Amino acid sequence: MLDRPNVLGLLLAAPASLILVLLLAYPLGLGIWLSLSDAVLGSPAHFVGLRNYIQLFHDPVYQGAVFYALMYTVCSEALKLFLGLGLALLLNRRFRGYRAARAIMLLPWVAPTVLSALAWNWLLNPQFSAISWLLMKLGLIHGYINFLGETWPARISLIVVNVWRGIPYFAMGYLAGLTAIPKDLIEAASIDGATRFTIFRRIIWPLLLPVTTILLSFSTIWTVTDFQLIWTMTRGGPLNATQVFTTLAYQRAINGGTLGQGAAIAASVIPIMLILAFIALRSTREGS
Amino acid sequence: MTEFSRRRLMQLTAAGALAAGAAPDIALAGYKPMLPIEKGAHLQMLRWTGFVGADDKHWKMNSEAFTKATGVPVSIQEISWDEVQAKSGLAAQLGSGPDIIMGFYDDPFIYPDKLVDVSDVCGYLEKKYGGFYNIARTYGYDDAQKRWIAVPIGGPGDAVAYRESWVKEAGYDTFPKDFDGFLDLSRKLKKQNHPIGLALGHAVGDANTWTHWVLWGFGGKQVDENNKVTIESKETYEALKYAKALYETMIPGVSSWLDINNNQAFLAGQISATINGISIWYVAKEKFPEIYKDTRNAPMPVGPVGHQTMFNLFSQAFIFKYSKYPNAAKEYLRFMSEKPQMAPWLTAMFGYVTPALKDYAKLPIWTSNPNITPYRDALVDNLPEGYAGKPGRAAATALNDFVIVNMFADVCVHGTAPQEAAKRAAQQLREIYGA
Repeated sequence: MLDRPNVLGLLLAAPASLILVLLLAYPLGLGIWLSLSDAVLGSPAHFVGLRNYIQLFHDPVYQGAVFYALMYTVCSEALKLFLGLGLALLLNRRFRGYRAARAIMLLPWVAPTVLSALAWNWLLNPQFSAISWLLMKLGLIHGYINFLGETWPARISLIVVNVWRGIPYFAMGYLAGLTAIPKDLIEAASIDGATRFTIFRRIIWPLLLPVTTILLSFSTIWTVTDFQLIWTMTRGGPLNATQVFTTLAYQRAINGGTLGQGAAIAASVIPIMLILAFIALRSTREGS
Repeated sequence: MTEFSRRRLMQLTAAGALAAGAAPDIALAGYKPMLPIEKGAHLQMLRWTGFVGADDKHWKMNSEAFTKATGVPVSIQEISWDEVQAKSGLAAQLGSGPDIIMGFYDDPFIYPDKLVDVSDVCGYLEKKYGGFYNIARTYGYDDAQKRWIAVPIGGPGDAVAYRESWVKEAGYDTFPKDFDGFLDLSRKLKKQNHPIGLALGHAVGDANTWTHWVLWGFGGKQVDENNKVTIESKETYEALKYAKALYETMIPGVSSWLDINNNQAFLAGQISATINGISIWYVAKEKFPEIYKDTRNAPMPVGPVGHQTMFNLFSQAFIFKYSKYPNAAKEYLRFMSEKPQMAPWLTAMFGYVTPALKDYAKLPIWTSNPNITPYRDALVDNLPEGYAGKPGRAAATALNDFVIVNMFADVCVHGTAPQEAAKRAAQQLREIYGA
């Protein structure tokens, strides 16, 4: 019986499927059910339809969180892609110590998020910031910058930290993509008199596109669901300026005990995540 | 000021134990459980990591003494104080987890039905140790069901920590006792380039503490006794105007401050005064001798309402009904609250936690140093979370959403008019209380 491909296939897929159902599908289903209920910590839940979603729709804090989550994601991803690609092109060259440079580049990516967020907290501290200190010594500013205490500086600062953390992921992905590009293609183009820019535009970039889609979709998923960095650095402040889906959901559901509303905030990300997951899956298939 | 040495602390710790009438071992010899402890009982407790090292150490020592006296092993898990609420909420939801949780504020009122009635333990303690402060009752006694649902432990109380020499330079021999004096002093300190600093970011403890204190000090309330939103009031506007004036005297950047920042800024000599638990003074004593020499603690100034309006952290321990050993758990909490255990614990941490039981205000530690004394009375006029409303989920949500802190930040940092900021807060509060 095991010889039948259908049976063997099912058997082999069963453990993984079971894990997925138990650890992913069940919590997801539970989350959606909670978002449609008036569940509060410690009390039985009752179905309330879309009430939580309607409340969120009118909630200025949630609207702010949607705005910043989108801004945080779009800006971070664009910058990470651009800078990661640049770094990969640099590291793709053979120079003395290029191996060491590649290893060092990975540090922001491998350091635990909370640790790097704490280090950045010091760098952006309104009293002890090394950045402000340096700028003051250079005579460029006259007082310490309130990086995390005002709306826009705080929003931008968190994007910078996210970009700093995420560049290595893009750079490594692109580096792998660049290594896979056949050298003879580039050589042939050079012989034909193509400029470096033309080679990049016509050969390298098109061949890097599948990698880009994968990198971008996975990275976007992680950025939309980023929690640790923001929670450690600002807790969604000042004045909810850096609130995103995850921080607000945690604040409402876990700290405030309103599970239903917290679940609705979290569930409102699902459509975005589904689109991204779809793109990621498709590009993975195409890649193979 | 008398020098406070390790030797003196040891003397006081011994005195604290002796004040109980017996040293711990002697107390254990005659120890009799109040309730029949379940056979094979063992307890799991979740508590917050101590703000000062001596806290955890002495709590564990007392716990071991309990095990020695009763044979009940107790395993203690510690997590950061601002994460306890999340963990206890999950335990309530899942119906499994630690037997005892030492939580904060009105946590027990979020899931009162899930908690063991501890009226016998609280009744016993109340009778023996001069009763609980009002705030302890508010956070532990369920008026609706007429029973205690948590054993009040105490509050890591707040007071002003300030630099004596700078305050004297500003013309004040002692720290001002009212809001007007505090503002005047802060302006003078700013002129001397020694600004004060109070957290105005999403600092769960510090930002909530001082903004509520100012709001209540002017008579403002987020809701009335029936949980009706009353934040849009003349009193609130006055409080916001005052806070704005105070904010203008502060060191730049407080709008990003989380709970740790005021400690760091004070210990780095960057601010002349802040509001905090005794930890600043304690850490200065251990690690920053120069700053310690000049650091003093004073009671928080009083607002126009004429009495203290503090909003301290407050901790109480509760037992979940899913616990298989409720009697052992109750016995544990009673044991830990008895003087032979409480006195050395409080003494070792220089009174970091102001106890919920009134008689403990008589312990010698409180008067051993004038800088410790302000913390002794931290719970006398302490108002509860969500004042003047009822404790419970809505109050917890409002606090966790930083509604009051953000209203203050809106005025102070963004320059929003007090009426407009209060209106926004009122909208949010109506959503929360109406839900």
